[in-house]
Amino acid sequence: MFPAAASTAAPQVDALYIYLVVLSVVMTTLIFIAIGFFAYKYRRRSPEDPMPRAIHGSLPMEVTWSVIPFLFMLVMFAWGTKLYFENYTPPRNTLDIYVVGKQWMWKVQYPDGQREINELHVPTGRPVKLTLASEDVIHSFYIPAFRLKHDVVPGSYQTFWFQATEPGRYHLFCAEYCGTNHSRMIGWVDVMDPVSYQNWLAGGAAGVSMSQLGEKLFEKYGCITCHVTNRSGPPLDNVFGHPVQLADGRTVLADEPFLRESILNPNAKVVKGYKANVMPVYQGQIDEEGLLQLIVYIKSLSQTHPQARP
Amino acid sequence: MSTTLPRPETTERPNYLNVDYSWKSWLFTTDHKRIALLYLFSITAFFLVGAVFAGLMRLNLLFPDGLFEHDTYNKFFTMHGVIMVFFFLVPSIPATLGNFLLPIMIGARDLAFPRINLLSWYIYIAGGLFAVLAILKGGVDTGWTFYAPFSTTYSNTHVILAAIGVFVSGFSSILTGLNFIVTVHKMRAPGMTWSRLPLFVWAHYATSLIQVLGTPVVAITIVLLMLERILHAGIFDPNLGGDPVLFQHLFWFYSHPAVYIMILPGMGVVSEIIACYSRKGIFGYGFVAFSSVAIAVLGFMVWGHHLFVAGQSMYASMVFSFISFLVAVPSAIKVFNWTATMYKGSITFDTPMLYALGFIGLFTIGGLTGLFLATMAIDVHLTDTYFVIAHFHYVMVGGMVLAFLGGVHFWFPKMTGRLYPEMWARLAAAIIFVGFNLTFFPQFILGYLGMPRRYATYAQEFQVLHVLSTAGASILGVGYLLPLIYLSWAWRKGERSSQNPWQAKGLEWEQSPTPPPTFNFDVPPVVTERPYNYSEEVEVGGY
Repeated sequence: MFPAAASTAAPQVDALYIYLVVLSVVMTTLIFIAIGFFAYKYRRRSPEDPMPRAIHGSLPMEVTWSVIPFLFMLVMFAWGTKLYFENYTPPRNTLDIYVVGKQWMWKVQYPDGQREINELHVPTGRPVKLTLASEDVIHSFYIPAFRLKHDVVPGSYQTFWFQATEPGRYHLFCAEYCGTNHSRMIGWVDVMDPVSYQNWLAGGAAGVSMSQLGEKLFEKYGCITCHVTNRSGPPLDNVFGHPVQLADGRTVLADEPFLRESILNPNAKVVKGYKANVMPVYQGQIDEEGLLQLIVYIKSLSQTHPQARP
Repeated sequence: MSTTLPRPETTERPNYLNVDYSWKSWLFTTDHKRIALLYLFSITAFFLVGAVFAGLMRLNLLFPDGLFEHDTYNKFFTMHGVIMVFFFLVPSIPATLGNFLLPIMIGARDLAFPRINLLSWYIYIAGGLFAVLAILKGGVDTGWTFYAPFSTTYSNTHVILAAIGVFVSGFSSILTGLNFIVTVHKMRAPGMTWSRLPLFVWAHYATSLIQVLGTPVVAITIVLLMLERILHAGIFDPNLGGDPVLFQHLFWFYSHPAVYIMILPGMGVVSEIIACYSRKGIFGYGFVAFSSVAIAVLGFMVWGHHLFVAGQSMYASMVFSFISFLVAVPSAIKVFNWTATMYKGSITFDTPMLYALGFIGLFTIGGLTGLFLATMAIDVHLTDTYFVIAHFHYVMVGGMVLAFLGGVHFWFPKMTGRLYPEMWARLAAAIIFVGFNLTFFPQFILGYLGMPRRYATYAQEFQVLHVLSTAGASILGVGYLLPLIYLSWAWRKGERSSQNPWQAKGLEWEQSPTPPPTFNFDVPPVVTERPYNYSEEVEVGGY
């Protein structure tokens, strides 16, 4: 009745689920017993039975059976909302991994440079944050053993975090219908104890890290010319994780979605002191994986770590 | 279609069936009762098509590696959803039983706009033809939800044809709703005050409000979808600067209220049946009546609960979650009041009552499992799994289809002048109940175990539950075929019915002949008592 439970969220979701199941069973049983009892007790025994007396209703009863169930529902609401905010708000100092969904595979990149397809290796006991991007349609990243999923929406970054507890191999599913091989867009999550994880990381043919790859793209696309060499664009040192003043007076946090938007559509949010329509639009020029590498490179230029945003 | 109808004996008194047998008299009729029958045959045909697709899906899911090509399976579930939702469930009760009964129940000769009523059927058929054309040309594979950017940019199937079908048929729904609203306001017989309206009428009034206010939004959404697909307008596709989540907001702004279009009329039917077979007025008439309106109003403010995992603001999600719990209250009120109606009643268990009791049980389960999905942290795990499939089939099939069948049996004598075979009907009701539960209960478990929906193939460990579900579906299929057979038989050969075979209250039984004449009443009806006045009480004061 329960799938494997392998994350800190799983037992909490299961506990809430059990609360709901127990309430539902009690409720259903009460109604079924009432119907069964009335059906038997008040069955018409002969066609000559007199017409029953009319009962028009009762305000106290209406109030009772509206308010009491609603109080139980308020508990569901409060409990479910609290858990949802916890499960969807990443803590600080996470281990960051980057995932790109495309028809019909999951491509995983680690900051150190390891890459996998349809496999995700994570250690126990440490919060892991995935940045999810899609190359094409909407997908949904779903790990039943963690009781968590999040849609992967093209044109944006979505955040997915968890802390694994039990080493093992668990299903990874695409949960949002995405075309022909939707049901083959599946893989495995390998949860390892921290030592095995370190061994796995060391054993992987890492070589070039994501930020090194990003640095190469930074040169290839000519970002370096304006942002470093001639300084006609805003400098990028110590930008990530800090507030940025915009030309229109607003202040925004320089997080992954902001960097993404500023690369693909630089005119959407222009930094104070700089002009629009100077930087070329990179929409459609860089694939999602390259974009993530660029962003990891820009992150590496910053001392502080990203602030978690609810 | 006219050729399929039986020719009653000529000694019968004139009624809406025997006044004219020509095909013209059917295709150009403005009689709401004949239009109801045109709808009844059309939606039954679409139901059979949708059911065949369901059967093929269940066949495929017997095996972890599937039986058909992935694309073929994807088309099966899409066509099943499109046909069942837009061409069966939405018109199911309103356009058939509602069309037939609403004017008679309030003592009117016809709907307010009889020709618009006929027009709505033609529009429905036109929309249906586009859907059929989409099937014949190879089908659609987007899922009935048409999510962008898959539907706008990536699918290579006949999305436009299916979208036009949905767009066009929407107007028939709007016209029916408009017709009902005007009719209820303007054409009630003398004495038929709002507090004397049968609950069937209240439920249809609430449904009509949703049809009129909600359907234009899905029409606009579909137009935008087509603009995006044909002209690359840049509304939903992020590569063109659009927002794919916007599509989901627009789609569910109609399609969640549409869920209530698909259940409220069923609740109306159940209220009538429970009252008749308990020989009692509905407990808490006012609460049951207004809960329909409350559901219709609140139903417009819960669409965001389909987007808890789609990247919607968490605070927005919180509000949608809360309102989703609120809308559960009027639904619960109905269930409690139906149950209380049976208290100290004089209850018999004819087929319609069996369906009504089945409805209460299955709707209770469908409603309670809806609370799981309104609870955000649980929804994160369960959304897009079989749990959702099971939940909405408990509401749509366990609820609406059972209510539809119950209603068709209950008013079968009214529509045809003949009785259905009671033992066969009870047997079919039992088979449907068993088959339904065996089909869909295992899917709740599959869902919590993590089986995603819309999967042509699946992991080995899910097979046992899938086989159980397919076994249930075969039983359910037999259950559906039985009424089709014995009702067709009874239409020609069934025992003749008296005017009021169930000794039910209500204008349609007490003051209108069976089957009704073209203008429903021989003598203009006057209402002098409260609804469901089985105990013949004299009215004192209001409710």
